[in-house]
Order: sequence, then C-alpha cells, then structure tokens
Amino acid sequence: MTQAPNTPAPALKLAPTPGQTIGPFYGYALPFAKDNELVNQARPGAVRLHGVVTDGAGTPIPDALLEIWQADEHGNVVSKDGSLVRDGYTFTGWGRTAVDNVGHYTFTTLNPGATEVGKAPFIMLTVFARGLLNRLFTRIYLPEDTEALAADPLLSSLDEAGRRTLVATREADGSLRFDLSLQGEDETVFLSYPRES
Amino acid sequence: MSTEATSTESFADSHVLDPAATTLSQDAISAEITDIHAAYRRSVLDGAKAETQPRIDFAPYRSSLLRHPTKNLHHADPETIELYSPAFGERDVHVLESDLTIQHNGEPIGERIVVQGRVLDGDGRPVAGQLVEIWQANAAGRYIHKRDQHPAPIDPNFTGVGRAITGPNGEYSFTTIKPAPYPWKNHHNAWRPAHIHFSLFGTDFTQRMITQMYFPGDPLFSLDPIYQAITDADARARLVATYDHSITSHEWATGYNWDIVLTGSNRTWLEETEGDH
Repeated sequence: MTQAPNTPAPALKLAPTPGQTIGPFYGYALPFAKDNELVNQARPGAVRLHGVVTDGAGTPIPDALLEIWQADEHGNVVSKDGSLVRDGYTFTGWGRTAVDNVGHYTFTTLNPGATEVGKAPFIMLTVFARGLLNRLFTRIYLPEDTEALAADPLLSSLDEAGRRTLVATREADGSLRFDLSLQGEDETVFLSYPRES
Repeated sequence: MSTEATSTESFADSHVLDPAATTLSQDAISAEITDIHAAYRRSVLDGAKAETQPRIDFAPYRSSLLRHPTKNLHHADPETIELYSPAFGERDVHVLESDLTIQHNGEPIGERIVVQGRVLDGDGRPVAGQLVEIWQANAAGRYIHKRDQHPAPIDPNFTGVGRAITGPNGEYSFTTIKPAPYPWKNHHNAWRPAHIHFSLFGTDFTQRMITQMYFPGDPLFSLDPIYQAITDADARARLVATYDHSITSHEWATGYNWDIVLTGSNRTWLEETEGDH
C-alpha cells in the first residue's frame, strides 16, 4: 500500500479551501490538559521528544503550535478516541503542544515502530505559528535503524544537509531531540503531498 | 533578508511588531499587495496554474518575513501513518461545546449567529466524525487572551472557543456571537476583517488545516495582508461564509453557511492502485 504509485494522483473534484495563519491568540483555545502527553511519563518506554523552533534570524519562536501523529511502538496505526480527554492509559498516537516562551517544546510519547518490516520509523509533525500563513508538514525519523534510513525513499531524495534536518538525535537519557528551523541555512525540510490542489 | 520585522518583539506583547514597522502606511502595504497580485494574474494569463492556498512568503504580512521556508516544499509519497488521521468522538467533545453562548451564567453581548456547513474532502466526500475547533474575538473585537492588548471590553459571558464532531454527512453547526474587527500592528492603522478561526482534520493527517472564516461584504478585505496573501480571487472567496436565511431562525439568530473543502485523501486511490495489480 505504501509503494510509490506508478499512476499519477487523480485530480481533485473540488478546489480546497485556503489555509490561514493560526495567529497569535490560539493559546486559550487549542491547548488542553495533557495535550503533549501521548503516554504517561511513568509508563515503561515513555520517551521525551523535544526541541526548539527558530526563525530565519535564529531567534526562538515563542508562538508556534506543534502536533505529532505516529504509530505505536509496534508500528500499528491506532484509531482510538480520547486524545482530548487523556486517561493516562490509552495511546491515541496524536498530540499537540504550544511552544514555551523560549520556543521550546516537549512531547512525552513512545518510539514508533516500523509500520512495515524494513521501513524507517518516523513521527509526522505539523507546524502552525503566528506569521506562518499555512501549516507545514515534516517527518521526525528515529536515528537508530541506519540501514532503513539509508533505504528510505524520502531521505534518499534529499542531499545530506536536508536529510540531517529530518533525523532526530538520541540523547544520553533516551530523549529524542528534534529542532525546527523555519528559515535559514539549517532550514528544516518541509513536505508536500499529492492531491493538495 | 530583512530582520527587522520580528527580532525585537517581546513575548509579553508578541503581536506587537517592531515599532518601526507600524509607521508604514496602509497605502504602502496596499501597494505591495497590488503589485504581487498583478504579477500573479500575469502568470496565470501566461499559463500558470491557479493558486488555491496563501503564499507563505508574503512580505506585506510582516510577521511572515522570517517565518517562511525559503526552499520549495519537498515532495513526499505518503506512507502508512500519513494516510490516516487521529480519531475523535463523543468521548472527546460534548455536544454543548458547539454553543459558545451558553458557557457562562449570562447571555453574551452581540449579534447571535449560527454558522453551519459541511467538511468535505477534495473528492467531495463528507468527512464524518471528525473534530472541528473554532476560536474568535467577541462582539467588541477582543480575545480572551493574555496577549491581546486591544482596549476593547472583555465580555464576562463570552470566551469564544467551541468544538464539534462532524455528523455523518460532514455537517457541523456552531451557535456564537458575530466577532468584530480588531486592530493589529502590522502597519499603522491596520485592522483585521472580522473572522472565526477554524481548525480541521480529515481522513488523512496530510489534510490537516487551520484557517479563518470571514463574513460577506467586509470592507476590510482589500486592506488585510493576511487575507490577501491568497493571491487568487476565487480562492479568497472560498473563505467567505454565505448569509443563509434558511439558517436564520425566527426571533433568535441570523445564519451563515460555510462549507470547507480539505485537500484530497491519498488513502483511497493508493489502495485502489494497489488493487489493480
């Protein structure tokens, strides 16, 4: 199902509605209790995913909102409600967090498993920010399976500098570090998908 | 690349840009918008595809200067997780969360409205059972947000946040108060058209979007660099709700209809392609 298609994506029947910036005032509306805790910190296997979001001057962005969407540790895509009312036991695969005053974000999650044997596991990430007129998508790859990373179709289509922006760093305590640069020399590679227009 | 736009703002007042930027006149911003739109129309006449989304590099919106990627978005063939979306349901959202006028002890001030419509995908299929979130200013143009410094009154009976889960035909309905325009500091005397923020999910996470719904006939449309970042007039019109007297109810609320179209799902056609083997 996930092979690169050998037929072109069919045209859309309807023109999609344009996006707009999230603006500065989402902070009282979109965050919710435990929004960034996909699992409880005490759960075995819980991993901290964190990093900093910066702009084209290298300045941290204090008003960005991030969402992640990922498979569970066995590579299964889950379909469970309850993301907005975390019970501490149900892994829904989705989380949201507003960055803090210094552009730093943290999720507590699981290392996603490979969704197919030999595939490089990754977490899907969406970025919203004041000043950003439409959302951006990217992938956070786990650094461990170097063979799978080398064979990954997306990573293989990038130069080394671009590839480096998509692979998280494993820190000594097991955390995943993934910084986002919206603009500049170390600009994160952001993605487009078929059927966007 | 100019760095003046965002580097000096502080968190406490982060919608306030560099004071130098606020001395720019509306005429100067409008002239920039006019030039970009004229260049876009020429490109379409020369055969370029019509744009459906805002430019992310749109200098008249000064906050975008340092916050847009300069490299082209990189094409990705969606893989498993990207072909699905998180599930939300009645566990997540109570039905009363779609009525923004009953969240406090009293009635909020302002024009009571109903905004309803459908969430569809790019193939016209309803997006059923998915989360819709909205937030907005009150009838005086003030947000319940610590960063909103606009000296307009807070309404103790209005927060301006709602949620709903779409029905089997993708339908949603919110009861709220018509928001007012409010000033911001992109340039001197800058005012945003009245709008409601919408956050939407599809069947694939690649369809995730956040946007703003506007009201018909707003005199601020042509002046607003956020709205005008959508260079295509037809695309801009897709963000404007329609007044619908069949939604308006007798002696209670006026009604607006706004349908939202997400991008195309990739799951269905990839599965069908796979089935062709």
